[in-house]
Amino acid sequence: MAKKHNNVLPGFNLSLGFTIFYLSLIVLIPLSAAFIKTSSLSLHEFWVAVASPRVVASYKLTFGASLIGASINALFGLLTAWVLTRYTFPGKRIIDAMVDLPFALPTAVAGIALTAIYAPNGWIGSLLAPHGIKVAFTPLGVVIALTFIGLPFVVRTVQPVLEDLEAETEEAAASLGANRWQTFTKIIFPAIAPALLTGFSLAFARAIGEYGSVIFIAGNMPMVSEITPLIIITKLEQYDYAGATAVAVVMLIISFLLLLAINGLQWWSSRRNASAI
Amino acid sequence: MSIEIRNVKKNFGDFSALNDVTLDVPSGELVALLGPSGCGKTTLLRIIAGLEAPDAGSIHFHGKDTTERDVRERQVGFVFQHYALFRHMTVFENVAFGLRVRPKETRPSDAEIKRRVHELLELVQLDWLADRYPPQLSGGQRQRIALARALAVEPKVLLLDEPFGALDAKVRKELRRWLRRLHDELHITSVFVTHDQEEALEVADRIVVMNKGKVEQIGTPQEVYDKPATAYVYNFLGHVNQFNSNVVKGEASIGGLNIKLDKENQQADGAALAFIRPHDIDVQRIKNGTAPAFEAKVNYIHAIGPLVRLELQQLGQDAVIEAELTQERFRELGLSTGEQVFIYPRNVRVFVDNTASA
Repeated sequence: MAKKHNNVLPGFNLSLGFTIFYLSLIVLIPLSAAFIKTSSLSLHEFWVAVASPRVVASYKLTFGASLIGASINALFGLLTAWVLTRYTFPGKRIIDAMVDLPFALPTAVAGIALTAIYAPNGWIGSLLAPHGIKVAFTPLGVVIALTFIGLPFVVRTVQPVLEDLEAETEEAAASLGANRWQTFTKIIFPAIAPALLTGFSLAFARAIGEYGSVIFIAGNMPMVSEITPLIIITKLEQYDYAGATAVAVVMLIISFLLLLAINGLQWWSSRRNASAI
Repeated sequence: MSIEIRNVKKNFGDFSALNDVTLDVPSGELVALLGPSGCGKTTLLRIIAGLEAPDAGSIHFHGKDTTERDVRERQVGFVFQHYALFRHMTVFENVAFGLRVRPKETRPSDAEIKRRVHELLELVQLDWLADRYPPQLSGGQRQRIALARALAVEPKVLLLDEPFGALDAKVRKELRRWLRRLHDELHITSVFVTHDQEEALEVADRIVVMNKGKVEQIGTPQEVYDKPATAYVYNFLGHVNQFNSNVVKGEASIGGLNIKLDKENQQADGAALAFIRPHDIDVQRIKNGTAPAFEAKVNYIHAIGPLVRLELQQLGQDAVIEAELTQERFRELGLSTGEQVFIYPRNVRVFVDNTASA
């Protein structure tokens, strides 16, 4: 007789097997193909493909601009989430819905729209141009595009946590004499920090991979405003498949390490916060 | 420090949570605000604390008007029903919080904070938990930590909102005795909110019975229990059998009986509510003497515990009467369900004004 398992949630083996199969099919195999394709290059060819000055400049721009964009989102996304959870005002639902627009909009549309506004003859661009500030076709434009597409991540991860915060803990802090700033920094912020970090890393990851919205506003000048995904596309268009995958592999590794670091930080902070349960 | 509450009103939309409440809490007393949920007791406590602002009326601490003062400046210790501990801080840091957030000029040194926190943790007998986090503690421990945290800022007034409401019965009993002892040690003016009459009667120096946003009666536990001012208070403090009654010339008709009222319970003629507590009922097998008695059938016997509870159906009436007998008396009678008995009320309370009925 087979041993009888009376598990409340049966099918562990089946569901785990399917999950691994699915992840392999959708994620692991395509990614490993990039590594396999890259391995057709010699070490020297690989180095030339991934470390030429133009490619290195694009790494700096992609990761730098993504980091700045995600940081801006962390700050203003938190503010947006705060306003949406703490206050009621007319049109709140519309603003709440608008937060998701960068998710839904085709990125190319976002890119064209941003370019039209920030170009030297656009609405905002024409106001900034007299002050010598150029947005479109500069790294600044890249930052703006990456900020635009990353906003929903922070808002949507922080919002539910803010909604779940007990009002009583804030009242307790106030009755103990804490002012608003102390209540925020010592009570509210530690509670939402893990969610904020998650939102930040999601926005950051999304920004690194972003292509559509950036290429319009960036101007794509080599060494100045050319992002790495564009370099990959350019190489593909020149039938340099191995070179394109080599750059992709480098990006993949850097992204993986960064996300690992962020997750490690998050694990550490949540362990510190909820040390228990 | 004494607290004076003057004509406080508070509405939430159309709902009147507090309707002209005036109340004095003498310095150093432990006062219970007692009432069912929705009677406004928590709202009143929050207004005293400054967590809520009254629509009208004023709050005075020791004669000084504090109505407009912020909760931060009122120097009150507030203990919440669900503890409201800071989950991401250790027990030590929770208690130290009120001292650490003080402005630099008045903030004690780290060594002093450490000393004070450990002193408080010893007071609540939980010093050994200083390095734990709140989710690792039991409910009773959390509430004691919450109390230590509130006491850390040396409040002039201690306010507790259903402090034992979320705890199980045994811990609740332990904690309320402990709170009473603590109060006897510290003598800090305290107000606590509860819906549990037993808790209020046992712990408080003075009980404020509230109903529908109004104060029904203020008095010592003895006073409110023995001399309830209204039908509502009588009904709320302990089990009762309730009858519709009519008073004519000092006699109340209850369920077909005419019962002469005591001197101290004289009422004007009119429709009234009559109450008999279950333990104020005697049960006999045979009718003896001329004392008025109900005829009834034993419906149900609940014989577990020191008191035996009988559910009796009055013959010819719908009324179900509850009686409590001692085990001794019960054995003496040797009753079983279905038997017919006579019920002798020993003490009947009648309130003619039945607008305040429950």
